[in-house]
Amino acid sequence: MALSGMRGLSVFISDIRNCQNKEQERLRVDKELGNIRTRFKNEKGLSHYEKKKYVWKMLYIYMLGYDVDFGHSEAVSLISAPKYPEKQVGYIVTSCLLNENHDFLRMVINTVRNDIIGRNETFQCLALTMVGNIGGKEFSESLAPDVQRLLISSSCRPVVRKKAALCLLRLYRKNPDVVNVDGWADRMAQLLDERDLGVLTAVMSLFVSLVSNNAEVYWNCLPKCVRILERLARNQDVPPEYTYYGIPSPWLQVKTMRALQYFPTIEDPSARRALFEVLQRILMGTDVVKNVNKNNASHAVLFEALALVMHLDAEKEMMTQCVALLGKFIAVREPNIRYLGLENMTRMLLVTDVQDIIKRHQAQIITSLKDPDISIRRRALDLLYGMCDVTNAKDIVEELLQYLNTAEFAMREELSLKAAILAEKFAPDLSWYVDVILQLIDKAGDFVSDDIWYRVVQFVTNNDDLQPYAALKAREYLDKPAPHETMVKISAYLLGEYGHLLAQRPGCSPKELFLLLNEKIPTVATNTIAILLSSYAKILMHTQPPDPELQEQILIIFRKYESYIDVEIQQRAVEYFELSKKGPALADILAEMPKFPERQSALLRKAEDAEVDTAEQSAIKLRSQQQSSTALVVSSDPHPPNGAVPLTPQLSLVRVPSQTVEEVDHEIATENGLAVIPESKVEPEQVQPEPEPVAAPIQPEHVPVPVNTEPVPAKPPPSAGDLLVDLLGPLMIEGPPAPTGPEAPPSGPHVPPVQATPVAAVSERNLNQGLDLGQELAGALAITTLEDQANSIQPVVNLAEKFHLLCLKDSGVLYEDPYIQIGVKAEWRAHHGRLVLFLGNKNTAPLASVQALILPPAHLQIELSSVPDAIPPRAQVQCPLEVINLRASRDVAVLDFSYKFGTAVVNAKLRLPAVLNKFLQPIALTPEEFFPQWKALAGPPLKLQEVVRGVKPMPLHEMANLFMSLHLAVTPGLDANPNNLVACATFYSETTRAMLCLVRIETDPSDRTQLRMTLASGDPSLTFELKEFIKEHLISIPMAVPSSPVARPVGPAPVQPQSPQTPSRYNDPGAMLAGLL
Amino acid sequence: MGIRFVVLVNKQGQTRLAQYFYEHLSLDQRRALEAEIVRKCLARTDLQCSFVEHRNYKIVYRRYASLFFLVGVDNDENELAILEFIHLLVETMDRHFGNVCELDIMFHLEKVHFMLEEMVMNGCIVETSKTNILSPIQLMDKAS
Repeated sequence: MALSGMRGLSVFISDIRNCQNKEQERLRVDKELGNIRTRFKNEKGLSHYEKKKYVWKMLYIYMLGYDVDFGHSEAVSLISAPKYPEKQVGYIVTSCLLNENHDFLRMVINTVRNDIIGRNETFQCLALTMVGNIGGKEFSESLAPDVQRLLISSSCRPVVRKKAALCLLRLYRKNPDVVNVDGWADRMAQLLDERDLGVLTAVMSLFVSLVSNNAEVYWNCLPKCVRILERLARNQDVPPEYTYYGIPSPWLQVKTMRALQYFPTIEDPSARRALFEVLQRILMGTDVVKNVNKNNASHAVLFEALALVMHLDAEKEMMTQCVALLGKFIAVREPNIRYLGLENMTRMLLVTDVQDIIKRHQAQIITSLKDPDISIRRRALDLLYGMCDVTNAKDIVEELLQYLNTAEFAMREELSLKAAILAEKFAPDLSWYVDVILQLIDKAGDFVSDDIWYRVVQFVTNNDDLQPYAALKAREYLDKPAPHETMVKISAYLLGEYGHLLAQRPGCSPKELFLLLNEKIPTVATNTIAILLSSYAKILMHTQPPDPELQEQILIIFRKYESYIDVEIQQRAVEYFELSKKGPALADILAEMPKFPERQSALLRKAEDAEVDTAEQSAIKLRSQQQSSTALVVSSDPHPPNGAVPLTPQLSLVRVPSQTVEEVDHEIATENGLAVIPESKVEPEQVQPEPEPVAAPIQPEHVPVPVNTEPVPAKPPPSAGDLLVDLLGPLMIEGPPAPTGPEAPPSGPHVPPVQATPVAAVSERNLNQGLDLGQELAGALAITTLEDQANSIQPVVNLAEKFHLLCLKDSGVLYEDPYIQIGVKAEWRAHHGRLVLFLGNKNTAPLASVQALILPPAHLQIELSSVPDAIPPRAQVQCPLEVINLRASRDVAVLDFSYKFGTAVVNAKLRLPAVLNKFLQPIALTPEEFFPQWKALAGPPLKLQEVVRGVKPMPLHEMANLFMSLHLAVTPGLDANPNNLVACATFYSETTRAMLCLVRIETDPSDRTQLRMTLASGDPSLTFELKEFIKEHLISIPMAVPSSPVARPVGPAPVQPQSPQTPSRYNDPGAMLAGLL
Repeated sequence: MGIRFVVLVNKQGQTRLAQYFYEHLSLDQRRALEAEIVRKCLARTDLQCSFVEHRNYKIVYRRYASLFFLVGVDNDENELAILEFIHLLVETMDRHFGNVCELDIMFHLEKVHFMLEEMVMNGCIVETSKTNILSPIQLMDKAS
């Protein structure tokens, strides 16, 4: 093979090509690296030719993605070689392998300078190119004058000068002072007179960078740019080599028009006239032609011209022409043009007086929201978001909601956030706003943060007319099968507060509302239970005349929760119980929530560009920062570009931590009766005699509102910066989030919703006790584990319990030990699932040798994206997992996870919550649908019946809740016997596709430990597996499983059942990260 | 505004060329980036557009037989200009190799590097005349 006669290299490349798999390739590469290493080490007098050969091999290996951590000095040394071929390799490989801070570069700085100022043109080019690619500050200091001289020298050939121009650009970026000399603007203007288009292309890049930083200085260059455009547009003096499919250098045209966009305006009338002539010509004269390349090239110029016209604030006529053109583009077949049409239309929104013209294309844009191409859908979403105002908000938001039904995971979050923002900003009336948010919670509850529902509560509280409506809506949504936890929260709040307004309606008696709410209590998280308890107290208070039966039922619940594991809940239960006995006095204490004061709007601003570090601040980007392009959050501008005044203060939006396993934080120390009785209050404002929690009217240092014992529904938004970090930052963990858990200190601006006024101080105290205990326990654990050689680092959570929790919900902590926390968040759609593992390093030292291996059972196809080898200190990485369910099975996938901290190697085998019920979708059937199916599936193996004994005794509604959380829709009314329960769901797998599953449970009221279960589906194995699966859940008591059979490494016996959880609070990375942020 | 990287991969996702500009990415970052964008782009159909948004880059890509040319650019770059720049690169290779194919690029990696080096410097387009781009390579071929 040719390759400049480097036969060894060709052989190596062939070998690599013939490797059957990655493993073979790795072996071959390792062998070669070993070979090169020995050669470099042993043979001192390696010839330049040999060095060249090995250095190319190194580059090849590096390109394949392997680490090449040696041989750099050999590559660099080739730069000093006398002959061109070797020198060239030295320069090229050095600029690929090394970064600008590499020490070796300093060693060759003199050689490089000699090449640059030397006489050999080819050497000059090589040196300029390398410095242009990787030159750092030191190069800038020592080489800038030489490079400048080459650029402006009249004796230098174009081939050197164009490289000098871009080399200078690099040096300028490293040190802007290098061109801040007097007269540089004049030189620049001279350079723009250049006839050679190669040099001009390079000079134009330099110029764009210079004007983007300081356009003022370069006014004199403006007419030159216009002249260049004229020259190209008229095709004067353009050598054929620089025309591309008949178009004079499209790249130079684009660059030149970009440069012009950095000048605020063009005042010089003759330049302006000339420029508009050119632009008009481009706008009118660009036709669609058959040749793809020509078409692309001419449209590249056209789109740049459009951008320039927008920037120049042309006459309305020309603007209208531009919008018309874009309107045409967004409807064409060619996807690239459609994409760019939408993108540029979004930019066009910045021009104030064309918005109405853009609105004419709304229908077409909405069609693009359904485009098969996600790139185009994203653009359409952005554009709709940008063009939304009071006049079209209703249409647009409803389209977004509809799209939410079918949108892929990648877009759902952004979509729901945008819908929520628009709904708030432009709601034509408040009932519509309430509708939209409730729909959002219903469709994408995981993405609706607490702030959003707090906001709904504020509006409802402040608008009497809205109250019955909101309560009724809440009731409707609560009736749906398996409502999202956020829905339970907001409904509980609204029904507690305003449920009595519905009393006249059917199905809305206090008792019915209570029963409806109480159905949810067994499956919700602690902070939701707190809201539910408050609601019960309110319902009780509003029931006039009192209903003794209802009172009895509610008091039973309060009694039950007096010994609940969470101290906050205990507190509420005890207090509400006592209050309830006070009769009419209850009404005074639990009075209705007062109106909220008008709140300052949260700063919603564009987040996306925070991390972008382009050297040039592009004009378009600068402007589009006020506009929302792809941002999740709208502009900080109090008056949005759409010109609509926000109807109300805006929301602060945080990504939802969704309901997580926050119980961990609550379950501290209380189980053993450590902290049931509060001793004293910590905060002076709240010192009140126990047990008479008279409502403190206002708590100034918290939220100014919370009166009585209601949850605090709103809070001043945390600083926007934090929000954005939460929103977009890679550190965001979906596990126990710092901002929502009650562990957030009450002194902060944030009051978690569960903390009713008199209780806050107490629970903080208790938490502190728990914390101390946690430290002690952590110490104790440390000692015991030293003896345990097998796996010296123990999880600090009960893995079995976490797994069970995750079987019933979709996000939470999977694993946690003193060094790492693994959170999971899952989304399921039909037989597809997507899990994201959040690996959070809790320490200030990195975790090394991180490895994650999936051991999938035969029925699941699981693909884990690459897991980084190391996790930096306090960082969190996300590893998405794609799951496909092939058929029904109860087998569980196992994640074999290991990492190294210091010298300790930790290995854990964790069950992944990709279990059978995740592929179920609840479905409510009518009797007309149900019975034919039930009859059609007759007898084994499609219909199986079994008497199950040893069932965990639970009331029927609790069992119904369990079914709901298993995604089985319990359908009342299908079975006449009130002791029976019928549930339906659709099961999805690749082999069965969608398949209906029907379950009937017959219970025996006299013996709750046994029941008869009948299960039917169209697939024998599904029937069997599902039956066994449900059985497992009925028999086992998920919360009480002492240890997981798979996941728990041989650990020391915990001191007490709760102890493994205690340190988790102490080590909570959420809290630590919050501190860092 | 600028080109951040040029990556060539074949249908199987094997890297045939990877050149980064402007900033140095660590090996891990590069590996992750390449894996992600290759996964994203190769899954797309001919009926979809040539632009994919990824993190803070925009990927402009073009497929030639079994080879995909992926160019990462800043978000404000002119997409179509880059799309045609890819074609210019391919035409330049074609002029040099004559009916360029994946094997040419594999076994003449150094030539492809030389061409790219003549065309892009630090993320900016330096030269668009094929004759000028190829002249150093031709000089060298003559010399050897």
